[in-house]
Amino acid sequence: MTMDAEMLGKALYAGAVCLVLLGLYGMVVPRNLMRIVLGLVLLESGVNLFLVAAGFRADAAAPILTAPFTAQAAGPLVDPVPQALVLTAIVIGVGVLALGLALVVRVKEAYGTLDTHAVANRMARETGADPAVTAAGARTPGALPVAAGRTAEDAP
Amino acid sequence: MKGNARAFASALFLIGLGLMLVTLFEALPFGGAPMQVGQAIAGRALEDTGATNIVSAVLLAYRGLDTLGEVAILFVAATAAGLVLGGAGRAEAQGTPAGFILRAAAALLFPFLLVLGAYIVIHGHLTPGGGFQGGAILAAAFFVPLLAHPASPVNHGVATVVEAFAGAVFVVIGLAGLVGGGAFLVPLLGAGTPGDLFSAGSLPLLYLAIGLKVGSELAGLMARIAAAGDPARQGGKA
Repeated sequence: MTMDAEMLGKALYAGAVCLVLLGLYGMVVPRNLMRIVLGLVLLESGVNLFLVAAGFRADAAAPILTAPFTAQAAGPLVDPVPQALVLTAIVIGVGVLALGLALVVRVKEAYGTLDTHAVANRMARETGADPAVTAAGARTPGALPVAAGRTAEDAP
Repeated sequence: MKGNARAFASALFLIGLGLMLVTLFEALPFGGAPMQVGQAIAGRALEDTGATNIVSAVLLAYRGLDTLGEVAILFVAATAAGLVLGGAGRAEAQGTPAGFILRAAAALLFPFLLVLGAYIVIHGHLTPGGGFQGGAILAAAFFVPLLAHPASPVNHGVATVVEAFAGAVFVVIGLAGLVGGGAFLVPLLGAGTPGDLFSAGSLPLLYLAIGLKVGSELAGLMARIAAAGDPARQGGKA
């Protein structure tokens, strides 16, 4: 190993924290639905990086056995369980991303814009709800148009 | 004014969360072996399953039921995306054909991507890779030609049949484990010689089913999203 394990751990954890914060920023601040979806992807990457880093073991090999195919000959291995977990998480992340993108495509088709405020205002006009209430719903971080519409209906 | 307040509150929240996470990670040991389960599995996975790729052993043997749930989640997400996008009943895509480089490269890449994807799926229990990774490459093999020729029609029927068949095979192998081994998804057929292509019992069969399922699902999903983003169709919709 060229890099000290301590330094490596700090770098990996710092990277995970940065990815999580960047992803949350992307989900909270922008008003573009596409950016909100990309923020979710960054957040997932940060969590995955953290999980894989947590299974790291200094001076250990990848959990793949090579000839002569005995666990004793292989010496210490890094923890395989977080790697399998992250494999699951990545695949589920792809599913979530596909569903999110499909919804974004439909919103663009139906409203011609990806701006959450514009979509919420238009929805308020079409349902006859108070625009102020709907806009308040749209200010909820990452709120999808459906959620904003429901807020408008539930308001007294 | 309200936008400023919101940006300020968001920044405050992010800084606070960042400080909390950094404090937590400071206290976390790194490079040790925090979990005993992982070390125990690494020590005995070869005798239990015969798979030299221990991640595959965890995924298919120790956590096989979780993997079935994961495949089910992927299936539900793909179905929901297809439902949201309106499925195959809509008009055919009429995109402009891609440039020469992409068209030539797509024709050239197709067989290599197929072989690479099949190799990674079939050797999932021996080397890094497996059904999910190989399935993604198989999906790319079918999606790159679609990028090169956007006007070509997509046959969703074949993908749906392959996907349903592969999912059924996974469950049938699990039920065979219930009958033959006493528990759902128990590895059957013996561990075999470690390192051989035909070893690790029923794990390669499970990975083959996963590879076909993931490949057909991802290819169908990408084709649907690509067709839905077609500007000609958007004009017709609005």
